[in-house]
Amino acid sequence: MDNAIATHPHTHETAVAAHHEHVVLPQHRHHFETEEQQREAGSFGMWLFLLTEIMFFGGMFFAYLLYRNWYNPAFVAASHQLSITLGAINTAVLITSGFFMALGVWAAEVRKKNLLVLFLVLTTIFGFIFLGIKTVEYREKFEHHHIPGANFDVSEFVNPAAHGLNEKPLAPDMAQKTQIFFFLYFAMTGMHALHMIIGLVLLFWLTWRAHRGEFSSGYVAPIENFGLYWHFVDIVWIFLFPLLYLINLGSR
Amino acid sequence: MSEAHEASNVIDPEHQEHHIVGPGTYGIIFGTLLLFTLITVLAARVEMGVFNPIVALAIACFKAVIVILFFMHVKYQSRLIKMTVGAGFFTFLVLITMTLSDYISRAWGLW
Repeated sequence: MDNAIATHPHTHETAVAAHHEHVVLPQHRHHFETEEQQREAGSFGMWLFLLTEIMFFGGMFFAYLLYRNWYNPAFVAASHQLSITLGAINTAVLITSGFFMALGVWAAEVRKKNLLVLFLVLTTIFGFIFLGIKTVEYREKFEHHHIPGANFDVSEFVNPAAHGLNEKPLAPDMAQKTQIFFFLYFAMTGMHALHMIIGLVLLFWLTWRAHRGEFSSGYVAPIENFGLYWHFVDIVWIFLFPLLYLINLGSR
Repeated sequence: MSEAHEASNVIDPEHQEHHIVGPGTYGIIFGTLLLFTLITVLAARVEMGVFNPIVALAIACFKAVIVILFFMHVKYQSRLIKMTVGAGFFTFLVLITMTLSDYISRAWGLW
């Protein structure tokens, strides 16, 4: 029995494991000894996946670190083109989404079905608000021709005064390096947004299953592991926001 | 399947009762995260030279750590999970350090 710890000294010889009652929950796979073991194995697997994700985003963060040091004036000027207000609002929106996800895990643990569905829906709504604000920001970059490639326009960086910008003008060769900033900006926020889109698709699926009551009878693992994924996406943004939006504001 | 359980799994103290984190804790973490988002925006406007990115990264690391510990429950997980998470970040830091030392040392003295 589970209370073997209390009744027997903790040795392998004295543990009467055969008396342990079987967990009858349908989600309990027979190759796991206990439900807790199954749960830990699931969390362990999820964390291993998230570690590969850290390495994946880590490569881009490293590229950012190098280029920011090499072409610092270009990174400063290009970064000032981003809206801090929108970035900060989006940070708050994503943190709020993560907060509701955490509450969703709690609702599943205490087996409150309607609360769980409500929190999952709120998580989804704030996820969509984030992507909506991101779309507004991307659109502005298209309008200014700040998309790396053939149509990239350096005029705002070479001659900022002509565009009504209070920035130090960059030499033409350095101004070209702003493309590297915008390339990294789109690569990193784009991969982050892709992770959010995948997460939102999964959220629809989980909300539907939660609505059917699948996660309110003691089976929390899918909600918990999706929560880990969603919080990981939060963490990536927590680093992206200061690195992309908040470079050298004091020098403005 | 066998009716008998592996004794060490059943009575392993690492497999003890699951800890449920409540809304109160989540609320405090949520408030802290919002507060530090505000702090990082304000801190960026203070001219600190080379310390600006360091302060920004320190705040981001703090926020990430409390998300990992509380929203992601690592504080309440078994040592296996804690070791896994720690090992992952450690490996990442090793990769950053080794690659950076290569880049820094290539043009040694030319910068």
